[in-house]
Amino acid sequence: MSRIAACFEKLKNDNKKALIPYLVCGDPLQEVTLPAMHALVKSGADVIELGVPFSDPMAEGPTIQKGHERALANHTSLRSTLATVKAFRQTDSVTPVVLMGYANPVERMGYDEFATLASEAGVDGLLIVDMPPEESVALNAILKKAAIDIIFLIAPTTTIDRQKQIAATATGYIYYVSLRGVTGAGHLDSDEVRTKIAQIRSATDLPLCVGFGIKDGQSARNIAAMADGAVVGSVLVQKMADMAASGADVDSIVNSLAELLAEMRSAIDT
Amino acid sequence: MKFETNLCYSDYPDKAGHFGVYGGRFVSETLMAAIQELETSYNTLKADPDFIAEFDHDLAHYVGRPSPLYHAERWSKQLGGAQIYLKREDLNHTGAHKVNNTIGQALLAKYSGKTRIIAETGAGQHGVATATVAARLGMECHVFMGSEDIKRQALNVYRMKLLGATVVPVTSGSKTLKDAMNEALRDWVTNVDNTFYIIGTVAGPHPYPMLVRDFQSVIGREARQQCLDQAGKLPDALVACVGGGSNAIGLFHPFLNDETVAMYGVEAAGDGLETGRHAAPLNKGIPGVLHGNRTYLMEDDDGQIIETHSVSAGLDYPGVGPEHSWLKDIGRANYVAIDDQEALAAFRKLTKIEGIMPALESSHAVAYAEKLAPTMKRDEIVIVNLSGRGDKDILTVADIDGISL
Repeated sequence: MSRIAACFEKLKNDNKKALIPYLVCGDPLQEVTLPAMHALVKSGADVIELGVPFSDPMAEGPTIQKGHERALANHTSLRSTLATVKAFRQTDSVTPVVLMGYANPVERMGYDEFATLASEAGVDGLLIVDMPPEESVALNAILKKAAIDIIFLIAPTTTIDRQKQIAATATGYIYYVSLRGVTGAGHLDSDEVRTKIAQIRSATDLPLCVGFGIKDGQSARNIAAMADGAVVGSVLVQKMADMAASGADVDSIVNSLAELLAEMRSAIDT
Repeated sequence: MKFETNLCYSDYPDKAGHFGVYGGRFVSETLMAAIQELETSYNTLKADPDFIAEFDHDLAHYVGRPSPLYHAERWSKQLGGAQIYLKREDLNHTGAHKVNNTIGQALLAKYSGKTRIIAETGAGQHGVATATVAARLGMECHVFMGSEDIKRQALNVYRMKLLGATVVPVTSGSKTLKDAMNEALRDWVTNVDNTFYIIGTVAGPHPYPMLVRDFQSVIGREARQQCLDQAGKLPDALVACVGGGSNAIGLFHPFLNDETVAMYGVEAAGDGLETGRHAAPLNKGIPGVLHGNRTYLMEDDDGQIIETHSVSAGLDYPGVGPEHSWLKDIGRANYVAIDDQEALAAFRKLTKIEGIMPALESSHAVAYAEKLAPTMKRDEIVIVNLSGRGDKDILTVADIDGISL
């Protein structure tokens, strides 16, 4: 069983929801990411989504865009992101790691080389924001052989027919985008999320995780109650950016991040 | 790849929006419904007699089409080779070919019941053309423009404001055209229910490269007929500048099945192809994925998009329309490059010899024609797409001359 499947099975048995933090690799400082990943696990992260920085992150709001820019300024690349996952795996062989990013760095590396390196590094899943199922047939086949899950987005605007088509292609879990907008936007409609999750649920047995507008423990708790998990990104990225801007060192940044996630964990669990 | 003579070019793109391996729909899931809806409405409307009649009417009476095909006899004689004909897109309302497309897309917006228009712009020409049609239709219009470009193109920024558009400064990334396009896509994701995104070139996710091409193909259809009428035969070569490539595809497309017609797309070599400071993805880039399509791109070894350079802001884009990538690979069109100095020299030369001041973008095509024509026979014909007029570039040229106006 894959790490992702094992993770969600255990959560189900424990009657718990997944908490999935998102960080951009190499943001705000190159040396923060690895200790941050371990600290997030200690604070209750079930899966880690690690952003691969890209020069043109079209689906991101201002907070995560700046994260991508900082990471690139710190010379982070797809290769160095894979190296970070490999380092993480030296002491954590359980927590699933999903890479989230844009098509071009993977295109540039080549699908075969990516699959080989990602597999060696211990990557469990890949979510390419700008590669919908119809454009990812070739990549899917290669990832499947490497036993790497391919995670797809479903949006509020996705038709029921497309929901089914995406559900049939996806593996690992499905990421439901909770709003019409970019990451970190502020107009999450709980009723719509509930309706859509019910529709998608009828099309798949895969776990359904929700992200894009979750700002605090309360919204994480509301969303997690409707789904199998909640993804939090912008608030974490913002917190680390603020700390780094005020001159905090790696330990302080990591500790604050861990505290923030622990609050969300306890909100979801109560 | 070899030039396949049996291709029927009008069969492309395929149903999924691919030109060979290029094109496609590389967008976030949030936009898929919107681009599928656009495709459906376009496919219906392009066969709708009312829609076609309104488009043709607007092109004739608002844009001022057909634009002339002008035999530049004095210039041709000086060059001593082929006869050069200029397709005068510079004479269109708003001064460039861009308006052919914005008229078409604004009509699509109107027929689709959208009330808000957004666009990206680099130099401001597409922004002006969009603000113009939005004003005429009484639609709310937001134009995204890199903050660097806003500084460089103050005149067009003011022009858009006079037309009632809101110009939104984009401060992310390199603060230029590609970032403006990112921001327009972000706005569209957020306001997808009431908003129509008018993309300015033959790039972006399917169906944009197809529909922009279709709207711009009026250039080539007219030029083909005008050449037959005036010279009694088809041209031997076509020359057009390529940034995103909309004026070039507009000229080339109606000639693709005419095997004797050679095609030259002219990219911006900036400081020179060997310097790396240019905007010539077809000459020096490699295929990748950006802004919704697979195409040749300017990028680094890690797949990050790199900044481009050209004296002409309209050619300053790291990608190119996917159909051009395909035409390059199958060998149907040739893609060459002209540097800043050559383009500036051509700008001055055409102005003095023919009394026609070309846009700096179009000056790249003019400069290549100057190299090409002398290698051809006197009874051969070259059509150069004069895609825009140079008035907007006078301050840039004066600045280079050290003159402040």
